[in-house]
Amino acid sequence: MTWTLIAEQALNGLQFGVMLFLMAAGLTLIFGVMGLINLAHGSLYMVGAFACAAVAAATGSWWLGVAASLVFAAAAGAVVELAVIRRLYKRDHLDQVLATFALILVFSEGTRWLFGSFPLYLSVPQGLSGAVTLPGGIQYPLFRLFIIGVGLALAAGLMIFIARTRVGARIRAGQSDREMISALGVNIDRLYTLVFALGAALAGLAGALVASLQSVQVGMGEPVLILAFVVIIIGGLGSIPGAFVGALIVGLSDTLGRSMLPALFAQFMEPSSATAVGSSLSSMLIYIVMACVLVVRPTGLFGAKH
Amino acid sequence: MKTISKLAAGAAALALMAASTLSAQAEPVKVGMITTLTGGGAGLGVDVRDGFMLAAKQAGNSDLTVVVEDDQRKPDIAVQLADKMIQSEKVDILTGIIWSNLAMAVVPAATAQGKFYLSPNAGPSALAGAGCHQNYFNVAWQNDNLHEAAGAYSNDAGFKKTFILAPNYPAGKDALTGFKRFFKGEVASEIYTKLGQTDYAAEIAQIRASGADSVFFFLPGGMGIAFMKQYAGSGVDKPLVGPAFSFDQGILQAVGEAALGVKNTSQWNKDIDNAANKAFVETFQAEYGRLPSLYASQGFDTANLILSAMAEADVKDADAFRTALKAAKFDSVRGKFSFNTNQHPIQDIYVREVVKEGDVFTNKIISTGLIARGDAYAEQCALK
Amino acid sequence: MGFKMSRERIVDLAVLLMLPAAVLWASATGETFTITLATRIAILAIAATGLNLALGNGGLVSFGHAAFFGAGGYVCGILASHAFTSEPLMTVPFLIEGTKSMPVIWLVAIVVSALLAALIGLFALRTAGVYFIMLTLAFAQMIYYFAISFPGYGGEDGLPTYVRNGFPGLNTLVPLPFFIVCFVVLALVIWLVDRFTHSRFGLALAAARQNGERLEAVGIAPFRIRYVAFILSGAITGLAGALYTDLNRFVSPSMLSWQTSGELIVFIILGGTARLFGPLLGAALFVVLENTLGGWTEHWQFFVGLILLGVVLFARGGAIAFLSGKASHHG
Repeated sequence: MTWTLIAEQALNGLQFGVMLFLMAAGLTLIFGVMGLINLAHGSLYMVGAFACAAVAAATGSWWLGVAASLVFAAAAGAVVELAVIRRLYKRDHLDQVLATFALILVFSEGTRWLFGSFPLYLSVPQGLSGAVTLPGGIQYPLFRLFIIGVGLALAAGLMIFIARTRVGARIRAGQSDREMISALGVNIDRLYTLVFALGAALAGLAGALVASLQSVQVGMGEPVLILAFVVIIIGGLGSIPGAFVGALIVGLSDTLGRSMLPALFAQFMEPSSATAVGSSLSSMLIYIVMACVLVVRPTGLFGAKH
Repeated sequence: MKTISKLAAGAAALALMAASTLSAQAEPVKVGMITTLTGGGAGLGVDVRDGFMLAAKQAGNSDLTVVVEDDQRKPDIAVQLADKMIQSEKVDILTGIIWSNLAMAVVPAATAQGKFYLSPNAGPSALAGAGCHQNYFNVAWQNDNLHEAAGAYSNDAGFKKTFILAPNYPAGKDALTGFKRFFKGEVASEIYTKLGQTDYAAEIAQIRASGADSVFFFLPGGMGIAFMKQYAGSGVDKPLVGPAFSFDQGILQAVGEAALGVKNTSQWNKDIDNAANKAFVETFQAEYGRLPSLYASQGFDTANLILSAMAEADVKDADAFRTALKAAKFDSVRGKFSFNTNQHPIQDIYVREVVKEGDVFTNKIISTGLIARGDAYAEQCALK
Repeated sequence: MGFKMSRERIVDLAVLLMLPAAVLWASATGETFTITLATRIAILAIAATGLNLALGNGGLVSFGHAAFFGAGGYVCGILASHAFTSEPLMTVPFLIEGTKSMPVIWLVAIVVSALLAALIGLFALRTAGVYFIMLTLAFAQMIYYFAISFPGYGGEDGLPTYVRNGFPGLNTLVPLPFFIVCFVVLALVIWLVDRFTHSRFGLALAAARQNGERLEAVGIAPFRIRYVAFILSGAITGLAGALYTDLNRFVSPSMLSWQTSGELIVFIILGGTARLFGPLLGAALFVVLENTLGGWTEHWQFFVGLILLGVVLFARGGAIAFLSGKASHHG
């Protein structure tokens, strides 16, 4: 294994991590502000991907598709918040789990009803397709660099938004003391709808970007949902910087584990069983990492102490 | 005089045949179809069902009734539905299952209860070898077949060193074993990916660094779509070879240009030149407004096999019906089709290339990968 | 409690008797499949009742009980398949052979899943709330991926056991006796959980859920109480897993998937969290919905989703509370 390959794999890990961050940011924001476990976050990711694919196919413009993914996911998020989620803030976590699980069924089957059972076409736009040569001779897909750029910019933007703006201040206040903020005369209902729509839009954008590289199909949200939960748990619930660090840890350990564990085992095992053991272990790796983090820090890396 | 008596004898024989056909048809046959109609893999189940129903409709045989249920791609639901079909619906024949793990859950129990099972898609090796059963017929392929043909094609194409990858589950391991059974060159590296994985950047980097001259991959459904799009964007230009499962009509449109020119192996394609196939492709398009996939062709053949056996024998007479099934006297859309001793197909497997016809991505046959291929497990099967 | 039965007691009794009543009707009319369906409900209810002990009574929301369900399932599958091929599981250091006897399999399933729960609980109970949910999920996912890729017992293809295991004096291959076995186990489990929650230990568990610190102040360590409850809960779910393999004559990693854990939780919430008969009613409602709607429309999941939403929004405290006219059980 050469150094350029290791560098390329690290870049892949970074890119995967950034993708996970886009998904996890909305999830952790919603949990932090409203204390809501939103299992339907993966459905909003799917809504973004389908909206992007449908609009891009109709207009021929990928960029319009991405804009549509933001709009449709945010709209779906706002509708869901007003119709269902709003009634659940004061409830038990368990009621939230059941309601958002029900929403997954409604969204998945509804999408299949509208779009049929076959995957849709969505591809990287002309200007961002193909590979570029990086210093060190690494050939790297331009679109993956674009995702890294967008993800890093959004991460920075979100952190500034929460730390510096007035809405951000209200979000921070909402996280620490809910009664106080409504006593200050802030319209808490509107704030919650706004935060939920923002989280949904982030998930929708992640769906559109990721689906351009992967596939647009019903059920695409659930595997990513589990990964996003792993990310925000490692990072600590409600923390945007935590989600960012958690996403990078998961992205890097998954990518590097996948590519290096089989090679590592091949040092002292015969190749075929090394591949088998290595790939089994690498598919368990992120859960092992999460368990280790929680055993050492029971509320995640950036989580508040009880 | 002689000619007249010959004619008379012929007419009598025809009359007899017609009579026997009529009497056989008088006995109704109920088919239970358990297939995947919801979730990510629904496209395959919908295709098998639509192909099957098209054949049933065209036959216009009112003695054939079909009950369809959704297994959600869950083994325990499939078992429950099989119980329901057998205990409550009282079906004679079961069919429809798409996935090997679901087939493993349902088939042994169903055949042990004296029901026929006709597989329109899955063909796990366990059911082809020592676990074969006189009531189990596979109308699609043994799981290894398309991969074996890919190995044979790689030899013909002159590949010397190839990189192979598949998901880390039994069908994935069978795929790589099947490929290696026929491929004579060197394997540069053998990689098992996580089942359901959709990001292949790490694997593509390894392919680039491997020094291989070609890539064989088995990544069905969404995994294949993701892999091909990412591979096309990576700048790696080693030729790809794979089985038809990543290139069927249902998902090719989702992959788009990224699949153009890729070689893949299949026992069926829409341009196989025979009357049954031409009629099938035309009527399927007319009925459902889309091109059929290989899954649809398998469903269509399964229904026609059942109809051909119904014309010969009464389903309640299991031995006669089994013999009629085994004769496979129907016009397969694949052309030549017969059953091996283990009741799995003997058929040609073609090499196809992905092409664009107008706005539609589809496949074109370029050569034959394997001729009259049975499978590697038939010897272990006790059936004669 | 006086001699007059409360409305909730009547509902409980009706829920318990609904399965035998359905089976009686099915035997009379020859609807064998209804018996199979009732058996499935009974087994899933055992699994969910086990989980309810941790989740409802102990407040320990485990999103990883599929691990115990699957462990019990694999114990049954592995022992039965070894008995089928007459190959011992291992010969060193001592001989272990397969078996087709249900009571032996149950015992092993209980022990194995209890040990697994002891191991997972040791780590998971150090955390609380959502972190506990996710840590239990993490352990179940590790086992799931291991089962998929481990080649010994069929991997993702699963492991068929061909015939149902035996119970002394009964022909378990016939649906009715097997239903009776499962129903008796269910009744025993419900009785056991009832005794447990009303014992001093159960009261301490409830106290630990409501206020762990106060319990600590009177000299009881909440960790120990929760640990024991978690192990017992895992063992019951493991027993259900063994029965489930026998019902399907097949075991596969899908029993270990996070969807299975999720469904068990859905049964409990649907029926009523921390209610003794909640899991049974929840499992029954879900299975019946799945079966009837599935026959009507290809898009049945859409309607199941809407119905579940309706239950959460308008029937607080689950179906049992709705039927017995009481809102939430404990505040």
